[in-house]
Amino acid sequence: MIFFQNLVNALQLGSFYALIALGYSMVYGVLMLFNFAHGDVFMVGAYIGFLVSTGLLTLANLGAVALPTWLILALTIILAMFLTSFVGMLVERVGYRPLRGAPRASAAISGLMIGIFLETFVLWLGGPKRRSFPALIESTTYELGGVIVTNKKIVIVLVSMLLMLALHLFVRRTKWGMAMRAMAYDYVVVPLMGVPLNTIAALTFGLGSALAAAAGVFFGIAYPVLDPYMGIRYGWKAFVAAILGGRGSVLGAALAGFMLGFIEIFVAWIFPSTWRDLIAYSIILLILTLRPHGFFGEPYSAQLRL
Amino acid sequence: MLLSVENLRVSYGEIKALHGISFQIDKGEIVCVIGANGAGKSTTLQAISRLIPVEPGSRMTYEGKSLLDYSADKVVSQLGISHVPEGRRLFGNLTVMENLRLATFARKDGADIERDVGRVFSIFPRLEERKTQKAGTLSGGEQQMLAVGRAFMSGRELMLLDEPSMGLAPLLMLSVFDALKEINDQEGTTILLVEQNARMALKFAQRGYVLESGSLVLEGDSEELLANPEVKKAYLGG
Repeated sequence: MIFFQNLVNALQLGSFYALIALGYSMVYGVLMLFNFAHGDVFMVGAYIGFLVSTGLLTLANLGAVALPTWLILALTIILAMFLTSFVGMLVERVGYRPLRGAPRASAAISGLMIGIFLETFVLWLGGPKRRSFPALIESTTYELGGVIVTNKKIVIVLVSMLLMLALHLFVRRTKWGMAMRAMAYDYVVVPLMGVPLNTIAALTFGLGSALAAAAGVFFGIAYPVLDPYMGIRYGWKAFVAAILGGRGSVLGAALAGFMLGFIEIFVAWIFPSTWRDLIAYSIILLILTLRPHGFFGEPYSAQLRL
Repeated sequence: MLLSVENLRVSYGEIKALHGISFQIDKGEIVCVIGANGAGKSTTLQAISRLIPVEPGSRMTYEGKSLLDYSADKVVSQLGISHVPEGRRLFGNLTVMENLRLATFARKDGADIERDVGRVFSIFPRLEERKTQKAGTLSGGEQQMLAVGRAFMSGRELMLLDEPSMGLAPLLMLSVFDALKEINDQEGTTILLVEQNARMALKFAQRGYVLESGSLVLEGDSEELLANPEVKKAYLGG
């Protein structure tokens, strides 16, 4: 029973990692750069979700508008995703576009600097104190054969999977997704198809950031405390998932995100929890030593497989 | 005059690739630029497509509009100038159909797109048979057909072709050139072709230019160039 209990927890943690890892992987696949500010975009997404939900709850409490809680939850997810996608597009415009064609280290440094900027900006705006994310889902606990499942976990895991499916369909079925796949294959000739490169680059950042924002809101719902440095802690781990999945592989990033969740939770089940990261990341290091290009990545190739 | 290029200069760092070349193309013409490897043929086409920057003082006008005011994707989507790049550069991870569709990314004329897909398939029936196959799995000849078909979908006012004969067996080469002729005849598409295979290019085109180390050294009707002793010696194998 404890096994299944851990499984449920691992699915939830894995959802966060998978949603964030997708953003790293898409940007790498399409533009061949690691967006080192992405973890902080996740943090900003969580804060935007916090502001939106707090604002909507205040309006509802004042009686200005009649908003049922489920609608506030839905609006929070949608608006946080929408607004954060602009943050991501701004990061691309300011931090990466001017450096196209510059040595790749420049883009990496630019990303790290933007990350620090976002952290200090939130610190300056919101102060160092941790923020409690409002309870958007009234907790209900179900017991299924000894396994305790909360409605929060069900919503988080299901909506995360739906979002990943939506991304998959977008990339597979729309002309923008097609342009992203083409760009991943051969960047240079994409303009010859009449496709504006900058639009697709911005779109890629926007999509990745929207998914990170969803992860941020879910994170706020699950562990209701936000701080300006949460992006580093979870962002780097999701980055590891993106590498583990195979750079540029969307399916790989999603699977590796879940796998990371499983490893962390199950290590903490067997060993003292303070050893968790040490052992979990030793396992991942071992996997990467055996399979340096990850599960779905190709050696010496940076082509996106969608 | 459809396209006019004046004093086109391009450099790659210290290396000058084009030393101020000038040429014109009229609507409906088939014109070729022949020259050896490294003469600047691909550079010329890439400059027209705005894929690479040009030196100040270069002028390129298309129907009276300066190409310098257009970005690479707008040259295709707003002016209808398509470009078959050297080595075809298909998207091997996309299907044949997706390659054709992607080329219509900026087009909004839905019904005409369907008609054009039909045109491509009637010119190259092989592509229709393979439409759900990944472009990376096509044979060399089929890839060249798809590269031409894709360019046709993206814009068919002026088609720039970079070494379409490369890597093709003579018979396949002929069928690709026949298809280009058909497109030129029936759609009125103007064609600018650069080729190392000078004999093939001059048989296909009405006029030609000879490019040597970044400068145009000769020009004339195809028959004239085919008969020119210098051209014979340097490009036609005696």
